[in-house]
Amino acid sequence: MSTNSGSIKAFFVALWVCLPVSAQATLAIQHWQTPQGAQVYFVESHELPMLDIAVDFPAGSARDPAGMAGLAQLTHVLLDQGAGGLSDTAIAYSLADVGAELSGRLDRDRAGVTLRTLSSAAEKNKALDVFARVLQQPDFPEAVVKREKQRLIAAIREAEADPANVADKAFYRALYGTHPYAHDEAGDPAAIERMTRSELQAFYRTHYSAPNAVMSLMGDITRAEAEAIADRLAAGLSRAAAVPALPKPVPAPASDTRIAHPSTQSHVLVGVVGMARSDPDYFPLFVGNYVLGGGGFDSRLMREVRDKRGYAYSAYSYFMPLMEAGPFELGLQTKLEQTDDALKVAQTTLRDFITNGPSEAELTQAKSNLTGGFPLRIDSNKKILDYLSVIGFYRLPLDYLDTWVDQVNAVDVDAVKQAFVRRIDPDKLATVVVGAGGAR
Amino acid sequence: MHGMWGMLLAFAVGSAQAAVTDVTLDNGMRVIVQEDHRAPVMVSQVWYRAGSMDEFNGTTGVAHVLEHMMFRGTKTVPPGEFSKRIAAAGGRENAFTSRDHTAYFEQMQKDRLELAIQLESDRMANLVISDELFAKEIQVVMEERRLRTDDQAQSVVYEHLMANAYQAHPYRRPIIGWMDDLQNMTGQDARDWYARWYAPNNATLVVAGDVKADEVIGLAKRYFGPLPAHVLPVRKPQAEPPQIGGKRIVVKAPAQVPYLLMAWHAPTLRDWDKDTTPYALQILAGVLSGNDSARLQKSLVKTQQIAVNAGADYDAVARGPGMFMIDATPAQGKSVAALEQAIRLEIQRIQREGISEAELARVKAQVIAADVYQRDSLFYQAMQLGEYVTAGLPPEALVHRVDKLRAVTAMEVQAAAQQWLKDDQLSVAELDPQALGQQPGPAAMSGVHDVN
Repeated sequence: MSTNSGSIKAFFVALWVCLPVSAQATLAIQHWQTPQGAQVYFVESHELPMLDIAVDFPAGSARDPAGMAGLAQLTHVLLDQGAGGLSDTAIAYSLADVGAELSGRLDRDRAGVTLRTLSSAAEKNKALDVFARVLQQPDFPEAVVKREKQRLIAAIREAEADPANVADKAFYRALYGTHPYAHDEAGDPAAIERMTRSELQAFYRTHYSAPNAVMSLMGDITRAEAEAIADRLAAGLSRAAAVPALPKPVPAPASDTRIAHPSTQSHVLVGVVGMARSDPDYFPLFVGNYVLGGGGFDSRLMREVRDKRGYAYSAYSYFMPLMEAGPFELGLQTKLEQTDDALKVAQTTLRDFITNGPSEAELTQAKSNLTGGFPLRIDSNKKILDYLSVIGFYRLPLDYLDTWVDQVNAVDVDAVKQAFVRRIDPDKLATVVVGAGGAR
Repeated sequence: MHGMWGMLLAFAVGSAQAAVTDVTLDNGMRVIVQEDHRAPVMVSQVWYRAGSMDEFNGTTGVAHVLEHMMFRGTKTVPPGEFSKRIAAAGGRENAFTSRDHTAYFEQMQKDRLELAIQLESDRMANLVISDELFAKEIQVVMEERRLRTDDQAQSVVYEHLMANAYQAHPYRRPIIGWMDDLQNMTGQDARDWYARWYAPNNATLVVAGDVKADEVIGLAKRYFGPLPAHVLPVRKPQAEPPQIGGKRIVVKAPAQVPYLLMAWHAPTLRDWDKDTTPYALQILAGVLSGNDSARLQKSLVKTQQIAVNAGADYDAVARGPGMFMIDATPAQGKSVAALEQAIRLEIQRIQREGISEAELARVKAQVIAADVYQRDSLFYQAMQLGEYVTAGLPPEALVHRVDKLRAVTAMEVQAAAQQWLKDDQLSVAELDPQALGQQPGPAAMSGVHDVN
């Protein structure tokens, strides 16, 4: 199962589909619960002869037990490396033989498994058979566990040379201290080394259960068939109760972390504990951040750091809303000798935005882009599938996409200003700089 | 497998996807339209047949630098306005430079195509490159080089390998440019590049989405039509002389884990209908690493456990010559030399024994399915059309791509491996990791794709 981290970030870059004609039309999302307690979200679309399925569980790295950072990741990686009596090779061949694509995603909150298959009966049935085994009966073969541990550890080692990765890890540690969001998905090599097959099995049983499952289906099947697929997938999962809520993160004190690294650039991250997915300030923060650093070439950070001064290729800010409060992060990378100057420009830009908020013209521009671009957020099966997963996993209202444009339009300058003042105290930022000697 | 062919035929008949429209305006500009009415959106891309392979020594990277300057203002659109206007209309825009081309795109609601075309036609002819803005932007590009190449050990290895594997062809130079060339580049270098290559007769407009072909052509005529054609410089072939012996380099860079990259010279698609080798090489790449238990994964990663990762890559579509590449990361305690030997044994096994019918069928099934899946992305469809046309291949070549791959035989794959994966045509690069505690040596040097 290949994984990529931080996939929730994609939600900001998120989706409009086939049927509707105007930007205000609705996406017909069907929702039900299987008898075993799995939540199902379905959009029927017959335009392409293919089917996408995602099954997500609250089994991301925030669920790693104390001292076992990496258990969620290792469990997830092993799902398709031997299941239901099929070897890793038999699984790979069976899927490739019908052109199906199985992939995985893991972040701090979620562990997901996705399947893309042709919707023709022979191909689809074969793909679903393998998919069900992977979800329901991972074997965790001893020899394979040993092998995959070594591969994970090698990936962690390799990432240690990447200054962006070093900065990211330090940033979350600074913000989250002892909270489970503090460590990243990859985990701790020493802990991974110690993990046993039975620990993996136990983690799997308690987290990959029907009451924990969110199933998203998009594509060329009928409602009746979607129900049958969901029932079949849910029926083979354990009935372990829904996992408890994660603890609430507490705001971190101001901090300044400098880490030596042999890179030619400094990687600079600045931020605070931000907002949860359920935060009532979600839209003011999301829309306001477009002006600050989310709008690419249309944002203040890009203008100040890149266009005016040539300090960096990339300068950005975003809120990453998680189940509990995820980070607000501002970032840039610049050559070593101008690190302090670039950091100062970023800090000044942030402080000014929090003090004065966006101008009316800037906010209008942000809303025009976001609402005018809404159809691009749902213009493919893949994008719609990702929205279904987010709506299901974070229990967003079913009309979330229908009201999205109105919610953006309802944001005004005052709402942005107040929301930013409530969230970001410019005197309590966590700052991380990776590069050069690490000293000031 | 028969079931699938039947499905695809049925599907092609009932498809909402119209044929590709391909016309050339009087001034030589090509316009290609792919109608796709699934969603009320479109993507517009302008492709210039000018990439890093068209650069000269001393000004490497100028194609990409110009790409950056294309966002910094024209006679009537002030700096920053291009992005602002597209953003105000709900659009997303960016650009990318490769060895073969430079392309600019806008993704928007379908009724906003005119704005995209108007702005693109303006910057095709009226760009203003001031020395002042150039001086800022070249700093940005140098930061991009540090970010994507200099501080990424595997990118440094790739850059060094290309610079060694080719001795004459311009593919030896990195797209982003050598740092020293960037440090010495001037606004005039960018203006010269723009004057040389930015002309309607060196460009292709590709539009895909919920549009009508005749309306797109009408807009193209209205906005691009009045721009005069230029006389384009003669392009010398700069053909790569045959490699007459293996090459080997070691790259020392800060890293924790070694890395191995192997590249063999290989042909690219020239006559899409008559050529067979490029299709066979694509299948070969699939046999080697097309699934989680393809040959390299199964043998090196799962069975021998000599590698933690391994993959093969080959791109049949390019203006210049091709490369068949394999990369791998050794497992803890295994040497790069032993890993290279294991890869060579896998290749020799294919050269000696060929591939099985089951492997062949598996790769073909993946090709056929991927052809359906890629229709889920408008951007990718437009991208493929642009790449083919810029490489001198007709859209027809893309239409028949799957049929051509389906026709490949096991014998052809074996023959291609025998003919092209020879030691004398191989270049090998090894990453020798240097402790992260040490300070960097002189700035190392390529990306495959540089996005603005």
